[in-house]
Amino acid sequence: MNPIVRTVLQRLGLGLITLFVVSIVIFSAVTMLPGDFATAILGQSATPETVAAFRRSVGLDHPPVARYFVWIAGVLQGNFGESFSSAGGLAGGHARTVVSLIVPRLKNTLFLAGLTASIAVPLSIGLGMLAALYRNSLFDRVVNLVTLTWISVPEFFVAYILMLFLAIKFPIFYSLANIAPDTPFLERAARSALPSMTLLLVIVAHMMRMTRAAIINLLASPYIETARLKGVSPARIIYRHALPNALAPIATVVALNLAYLVVGVVVVEVVFVYPGIGQLMVDSVSARDIPVVQACALVFAVTYIGLNLLADIVAIVTNPRLLHPR
Amino acid sequence: MTELEYWTQQIKKGRISRREFMGRAAALGVTTALATTMLSEVGVAAEPKRGGSAKFGLAHGATTDTGDPAAYPDTATQIPFWGAMSNSLTEVDAKGNIQPDLAQSFEPADKTATWIFTLRKGVTFHNGKDVTPDDVIASFRHHMGKDSKSAVKSVLAAIKDIKADGKDKVIFTLDGGNADFPYLTSDYHIPIMPAKADGTADWQSNVRTGPFTFVSWEPGVRAKLKRNPNYYEPGKPYFDDVEFLSITDVAARVNALTTGEVHWIMRPDLKTLNLLQRNPNITVNEVTGYGHYTFPMDVTVKPFDNVDVRTALKYAINREEIAKKVFLGHAVPGNDNPIAPSVKFASDPKPKYTYDVEKAKFYLKKAGLSSLKVDLSVADEAFNGAIDAAVLYQESAKAAGIDINIIREPNDGYFDNVWLKKPWCADYWSGRPTVDWMLSVVYAKGAAWNETHWDNPHFNDILAQARSETDEKKRATLYAEAQQLIHDDCGQIVIVFNNYVEAASKKLAHGDIAANWECDGMKIAKRWWFA
Repeated sequence: MNPIVRTVLQRLGLGLITLFVVSIVIFSAVTMLPGDFATAILGQSATPETVAAFRRSVGLDHPPVARYFVWIAGVLQGNFGESFSSAGGLAGGHARTVVSLIVPRLKNTLFLAGLTASIAVPLSIGLGMLAALYRNSLFDRVVNLVTLTWISVPEFFVAYILMLFLAIKFPIFYSLANIAPDTPFLERAARSALPSMTLLLVIVAHMMRMTRAAIINLLASPYIETARLKGVSPARIIYRHALPNALAPIATVVALNLAYLVVGVVVVEVVFVYPGIGQLMVDSVSARDIPVVQACALVFAVTYIGLNLLADIVAIVTNPRLLHPR
Repeated sequence: MTELEYWTQQIKKGRISRREFMGRAAALGVTTALATTMLSEVGVAAEPKRGGSAKFGLAHGATTDTGDPAAYPDTATQIPFWGAMSNSLTEVDAKGNIQPDLAQSFEPADKTATWIFTLRKGVTFHNGKDVTPDDVIASFRHHMGKDSKSAVKSVLAAIKDIKADGKDKVIFTLDGGNADFPYLTSDYHIPIMPAKADGTADWQSNVRTGPFTFVSWEPGVRAKLKRNPNYYEPGKPYFDDVEFLSITDVAARVNALTTGEVHWIMRPDLKTLNLLQRNPNITVNEVTGYGHYTFPMDVTVKPFDNVDVRTALKYAINREEIAKKVFLGHAVPGNDNPIAPSVKFASDPKPKYTYDVEKAKFYLKKAGLSSLKVDLSVADEAFNGAIDAAVLYQESAKAAGIDINIIREPNDGYFDNVWLKKPWCADYWSGRPTVDWMLSVVYAKGAAWNETHWDNPHFNDILAQARSETDEKKRATLYAEAQQLIHDDCGQIVIVFNNYVEAASKKLAHGDIAANWECDGMKIAKRWWFA
């Protein structure tokens, strides 16, 4: 069998097992949350009977193990269930499925992640290569200093600083990024400019430094020495000879940062009022909307596992020793 | 501050009406024209104008929000779906008085145990259907019945029967007299919704009677509504369309206002309010509502079962300091009377509890104690600043020989695990528009949320007696006594009444601001206009 296909299948299988374990962890963690959904949504004014009626209607009166199997069986059939916020009497025919809640939010998140990544990844790899090329020069130092400074401050601080200067003092961008499903693409991109810029500043340093380090590491190898003696220009050495061999570690770091863009941007979402999936999950946790929390957590797990898989494949494809094992 | 400036401040805060202001200004020798200009400068425009799209920034909103009035979680649903889109039978006006809304009139019978509401003629739902008694019955039944999950289930439990009488009358039969019943029908949980064929209320279609009709809603993000051209109140509403945005982050909310993304926000950051006030395009409105922050003690548990201990604790707290330091002056110190001064029949029981070490020591001694050690369970979930307030309390009580041990509880599940379970904790009440309502849900015997477990037979008698009393003078006397009893004997420490602080662009204008709920009684969309 083709080694790539075999590895992919192996990783997929492992990924599924990981997902299964994750599902158990998620379910147990959610079950152990103090308080419950009924009192969280009905509020302080709910009487015990009201709460009991609600618990019955969403099935919270069953033991956790039974609830887990009902849930996982549904998920395997592609049915993530119905949000508690529309469960029982709250629905009245207007069932809010978990999928209908998650899909638009996930689209928004992927849009923001895509927008950020499409600038951040080329930018940081480019900067990394340049920094490696002109290592220890003034340029290298400045790039390192600036990116490390941005990564050292918390992201909400970056967000507020950008908002202060680019939305309030000089009103160039929107301070609210509350896009709607019917927002046209250009306005969507314009409204997402500040959150995207914030995320960019947060992730560039990591990827840039990794690219630089991976390339510099290779520059000491004998084959680079040969290329240099052959008279190849330094720039060509880096992009033709060093970069392909450095792709594996870079891909891993890129995958890690892309995963962060999908699962870890809730703070930026809150600051710019961006309707993404992180905000959905936080809302759902505080309201104890268990089916949505579990589904979000699964989406996040799939994102991580999927992107890591992708990074592994890139590592194999770019490394002949792994591609053609003896 | 000159006298004229003072009255300008007062009208800005909604404490006096436009008419009163004109009178005061005239008395100070100001011409009517100048007074009108001054009013428009502080956002109180003379004549409402039609038109414009208004955007409001709300501090709440989550993806789990539901449009079912039985389970409105917070202002993100209450303000657009009740305040802007719906009507109840009655409405509380800016002065705190009850006014007819969808009901054109209402009168009691049978010593206020029966209430007859006559519906306004010619009012239609957004789909053109007439409002009939069946719709009213369905809307109330929506909250009643055994399996109801409604937050007002217990409030409406007193309704024995609702029936239609002819084409425009609805008769409510209660299980006892209640002179304040029309106030209950003004609650934001009880909009009038069209009845379906099977007699249940249709809340899902979002078809109501209010000044605005439904356009779109993304829970936790925004609600869009547009003007209802057939609205029954002449001239209203003034805006062409309105949009309510959920901006839960306070800095983002303030920024949205300063950058002009929204025209109005609730709950701006109090710490930076002075900076916001310096912005020439923004005004800050502040009204003292019914809401109050409390430290309820369980009077059935030692040492709180001793009234002298309770009194000592009431004298050991420095409410002024807490109002000033924790709430930065945007709160009014309480006097252990849970009825806000703006509520009808509110009284001011004597003696006023102020921080007094000697008196605290005296009552402690009277209780036979030289020192006291008590646990106070707090979390900011109860109210923002609960922990800070408790720390200040701890310091002030130390001087009186009272050692308060602060237990920091987790925010998560605070109301499930701490409130009503720990003997002394922190709590928040949004208040109620009538004395009876507030006292019956928290202080009466058997009340579901009797957080102090206080059971005073005399108080219970007075409360029941006053409920069906129609003579205003007698009611006032009875309620004054009830409030005095709570002040003297109950285990409730009312720390402060909180102010509703809101900020608006100067493009908006408004009349008197109601204090019954936030956002001009939640009816900002109907009551405000573009200047």
